[in-house]
Amino acid sequence: MQLSSDQVHWKRTTRLMFLHLFIWLFFGYIVHMFVNSLNQYTVPVLNFPLGFYMAAQGSLIVFVVMLFVFARQQDKIDREHGVAEDD
Amino acid sequence: MAADTSASAAQRAGFLNQLGRMYGIYTGGFLGFIVLIAVLEQLGIPNRILGYLFVFFTLAVYAIIGVATRTAQVSEYYVAGRVVPAFYNGMATGADWMSAASFVGMAGTLFLFGYDGIAWVLGWTGGFVLVSILVGPYLRKFGAYTVPDFMASRFGGNFARFLAVIVLVCCSFTYVTAQIYGTGLIASRFLGMQFEIAVFAGLVGILLCAMLGGMKAVTWTQIAQYIVLIVAYLTPIVILSSKKYGVPIPELTYGWAIQDITAREQEMLKAGLATATNLKPHVQPFINYTPLNFFGIIFCMMVGTASLPHILMRYFTTPSVREARQSVGWSLFFIFLLYFSAPAYAAFSKLEVYQNIIGSQVTALKPWLFTWGELGLIQICGKNAANLDAAVAACKAIAGHPGVVRLQDFVINTDVIVLSTPEIAGLPYVISGLVAAGGLAAALSTADGLLLAIANALSHDIYYKMLDPNAPTIRRLTVARVLLFFVAVAAAATAATKPSDILAMVGWAFSLAMAGNFPALVMGIWWKRATTAGAVAGIIAGFGLCLFYLVTTRYFPGAGVKYFGMDSLLNPVTGKPIVDIAKAMALPNAMENFPTLAHPLANKVGWFNLNNINCGLLGMPLGFLVIWVVSLMTKPPSKEVQALVDEIRKPRGRTVLEEKT
Repeated sequence: MQLSSDQVHWKRTTRLMFLHLFIWLFFGYIVHMFVNSLNQYTVPVLNFPLGFYMAAQGSLIVFVVMLFVFARQQDKIDREHGVAEDD
Repeated sequence: MAADTSASAAQRAGFLNQLGRMYGIYTGGFLGFIVLIAVLEQLGIPNRILGYLFVFFTLAVYAIIGVATRTAQVSEYYVAGRVVPAFYNGMATGADWMSAASFVGMAGTLFLFGYDGIAWVLGWTGGFVLVSILVGPYLRKFGAYTVPDFMASRFGGNFARFLAVIVLVCCSFTYVTAQIYGTGLIASRFLGMQFEIAVFAGLVGILLCAMLGGMKAVTWTQIAQYIVLIVAYLTPIVILSSKKYGVPIPELTYGWAIQDITAREQEMLKAGLATATNLKPHVQPFINYTPLNFFGIIFCMMVGTASLPHILMRYFTTPSVREARQSVGWSLFFIFLLYFSAPAYAAFSKLEVYQNIIGSQVTALKPWLFTWGELGLIQICGKNAANLDAAVAACKAIAGHPGVVRLQDFVINTDVIVLSTPEIAGLPYVISGLVAAGGLAAALSTADGLLLAIANALSHDIYYKMLDPNAPTIRRLTVARVLLFFVAVAAAATAATKPSDILAMVGWAFSLAMAGNFPALVMGIWWKRATTAGAVAGIIAGFGLCLFYLVTTRYFPGAGVKYFGMDSLLNPVTGKPIVDIAKAMALPNAMENFPTLAHPLANKVGWFNLNNINCGLLGMPLGFLVIWVVSLMTKPPSKEVQALVDEIRKPRGRTVLEEKT
């Protein structure tokens, strides 16, 4: 069966959602499970223990950046399937 | 919105320019005002007057904005006419989001808990990812005025609407009470007002902003409040960072501060100023929370973010779905500016305390300490440090006390950290006044958003949609304003009684929102097969379980142990129970209901060693499971509902719900 443009649009939207959900899971939780091993390294120049740094700043920076990237990617998908709003 | 012609695009660009100019002038004026106060301080004007000037100037500005943006249009009252650009909505959301707990409390928690406190920083930022990818933009496309509006359309009418209103009121009311309490606390400390009077003074400020202009007025005021709060938060640590390390970017330099703290911790141990049991190394993880509770807090706060109605409704105000998504990015950016500075704040104050207070002679304590000691917020040698003599006497009373302040001799209330850091570091009073104004802005802006969420749900969902669907515009707005007034007074009256659990309540609000709203919202958007019966059952089960766990562990711990198999929580370091259940259950008051915090079991029992702030961790999965199972057992939703879901998944086109205005 041929998928309609709307169905493909939703499929790609879903895939993008899961991708970002995974990045969120990784930087929100998984990386912090290894805090003790990461703390053995020190961030050069800034002098933070790496595990501490990831929780205090690293993950937050990733979250901010990924939100802007997500907005752009989703908009691209919307445009390619003709469901984006007019500018 | 119809297709934009170039004329309306030009109009929008003009609007953006005008906004930029207005808030630019405002920011400049605010900075000028700070300089003016600094000059007045040098001229010898007393601190009390400077404090009043700060508070009244800022409150007056909020009130002027609130009155100037009053409205008689329903769509402006409920969703600010959907004209707020992404960037500015981000700023407004930042102020809406950052409460007294973020501004005043968080750095203090980080000061005390070190690494483990970062759970709150992570939890209160990462949730915006979920808002953007799962919920927010879809609700914007749907075109609701409130979150219960969506539940009603997707899940067959007023019963789902009513449940959603209950969830909304439960989580928002506890939250708003905490904000008004925070307002009272700051006003009473800096202006010397009586606490109860300060609470109602704060209330007037809130009502002036929100009552006449609803969401429209709250939006433009929150932007002004964001500017005040971020300037106030960053100024003291920027000064500290330049003083100590010569670089005015504290977020980059506090790695050095942490290294200094760790070195000082070792020194204190060697000098006998601290013992291995009372010293909690700043960077060591999982000594205040078990890993389960650490990750539980992160998860509950994140998912709670994506479920709290006062946050979701901010994204109803953008001109388009596209801007709603960008706006989430801007929101987190503006929140991030404060949150990634909070650990720096904590590190700098901890270093000051460890270097300048711990190890100094008791007789050489600085006078600023006693102004907080008088209020019972700083204790030296186990007694409130009201003055130097009291502190010296208290330490003398301890057998074998060496006469220098040891770590165990110094106890500071976590709320004091941010408010007192300027004094700890010996900065001029103007900075303290600025910090107080920032704390007020944070508390007021969040209170505005929450009150509006509650009052809108009551006036729009209960009154207009359920009781009187033919009400004319004027009556709808009047009802909305009257309800706002009464909800605000009720919240202030609750806050004036100084309920003991106020900060824990904020955490509960997140868990309740998460258990009640999140499964139904996500399944409603992402799974067409979710049915009315499924959603209703899921909300009741998830929210019910969460509420049960909270209420039992807090207010009926005896019954929890006796009938529901709860056990003591465990100490994260030793793994031993924190209370002796057998002994506590043998006490005469073990089965007492609604016990105070002094009850030996209150907040100390639970299932799976799970802290009750994390009750959403039980409720939310149950909610998803019930929605899934019950939906599959019932008939699929109608064609119309499925079409509705298809419609909200596509940004293009009109909003699904068209309100008459």
